[in-house]
Amino acid sequence: MLARVGVLALQGDVREHLSALSHCGADATPVRLPADLAAVDALVLPGGESTTMSRLIRVFDLETPLRHRLSEGMPTMSTCAGLILLSRTVLDGRPDQLTFGALDVEVRRNAYGRQRESFEADLKVEPLGVAPFRAVFIRAPRIEATGPDVEVLASFDGNPVAVSSGLHLGLGFHPEMTGDVRLHQLFLRRVEEALEVNAA
Amino acid sequence: MSTDKSAVNGHEPATGGVRVKRGLAEMLKGGVIMDVVNAEHAKIAEDAGAVAVMALERVPADIRREGGVARMSEVGLIKEIMAAVTIPVMAKARIGHFVEAQVLEALGIDYIDESEVLTPADEENHIDKWTFKVPFVCGCRDLGEALRRIGEGAAMIRTKGEAGTGNVVEAVRHMRAVLGGLRRLRALRPDELMSEAKRLGAPFELVREIHETGALPVVNFSAGGIATPADAALMMQLGADGNFVGSGIFKSDDPLGYAKAIVAATTYYDKPDVIAEVSAGLGPAMRGLDVASMPKEELLAARGW
Repeated sequence: MLARVGVLALQGDVREHLSALSHCGADATPVRLPADLAAVDALVLPGGESTTMSRLIRVFDLETPLRHRLSEGMPTMSTCAGLILLSRTVLDGRPDQLTFGALDVEVRRNAYGRQRESFEADLKVEPLGVAPFRAVFIRAPRIEATGPDVEVLASFDGNPVAVSSGLHLGLGFHPEMTGDVRLHQLFLRRVEEALEVNAA
Repeated sequence: MSTDKSAVNGHEPATGGVRVKRGLAEMLKGGVIMDVVNAEHAKIAEDAGAVAVMALERVPADIRREGGVARMSEVGLIKEIMAAVTIPVMAKARIGHFVEAQVLEALGIDYIDESEVLTPADEENHIDKWTFKVPFVCGCRDLGEALRRIGEGAAMIRTKGEAGTGNVVEAVRHMRAVLGGLRRLRALRPDELMSEAKRLGAPFELVREIHETGALPVVNFSAGGIATPADAALMMQLGADGNFVGSGIFKSDDPLGYAKAIVAATTYYDKPDVIAEVSAGLGPAMRGLDVASMPKEELLAARGW
């Protein structure tokens, strides 16, 4: 079943996610308005500035429909700023910063430092097998605590950097930046399986 | 915390590479970067949804009015701005002033703008940006200038426009020149590329790369004269990846209102109903200047080459 996957397109690395998803065979579409959200099977929350996205989600009436879709079990893939939005708790954020809590993780914003400290590293991501995944961390958030239902797929320096919980995939880094689409493929496989179960 | 799941993890992280330098600009796409001169301005910008702030000594409209030498901001002010917000902080260094850039890098600034808005320190040479871990953004008026700066290591480009005028005409001219140049390059035959590189005054390898990809290898924002939500949306519809807004916010009658509206208009740039809604009741925009009637020596865009 061809999945229709939205990318939250308020700001950030939207184009790269759309292109990675299309490359993997998904029907990928930007989501900026509540009507866009209603039309997708799953949602990618991209990298960008979480405070900017947070404000636009509120102002343009996306908060309630997004909470509703998440409560219905809409699958998500979230990267960097997107992970911050989906987390349970944000440390070092703005007090008015929005969190949806779909992923039971505590994250610390900009925990690896400022841009000077942004880095790349090869990760071993459990479901992807032996070949390492080149991960790009840009003023990245760090996952500092995970709930009991959260599975850690990859770690770096003792902290999780890729986690999975139900149909939510959360990443502290940017898989859309390297041309390696294995994590997008993994996400799409899960979305398609869920769609088939629902259709049956 | 459970033990690390792999042996490869935790080794040799690479900082300061091309991908992370260009990558931060990728994350700013679709957003607004606002000029600020102090921590109070920076907080207003962050409240309004700016993706980053740009620290500078005076907003361009004041530099233009007051004259004198415009330099990198005072270090204490930059530190206050960095402490005041959670979003990335950029700061301007003078063209060719690599020591101002070194100081900004030492402070931990997230991006350096080697900017024609400040008084140039070198009329011949720009900074060798490859030697820095911190990324640079540079201004340009056309594709050749953009590629010269990328050739020197700029990880992000912005069109120059004419800062401090509140007049979008030069921003439009420069964006059309860059994007038109890209379309032209794409359409050439391979045996015409060297001649085009010569005409542009641009590195041949970049010319060849763009002929193949059809796109700049770095993010390209608009800057210089954006004063209203409609201006911001105009630049996005023309093909900008995002907007720098300087005097347009803090020289308007309602900085927070203008800042919020320009952020919204940058995201919903192709939705005129949204732009109309956010523009309602803003009050007067900054007073603009007619660029065509300005003496040539007052044009900031002519600084740098």
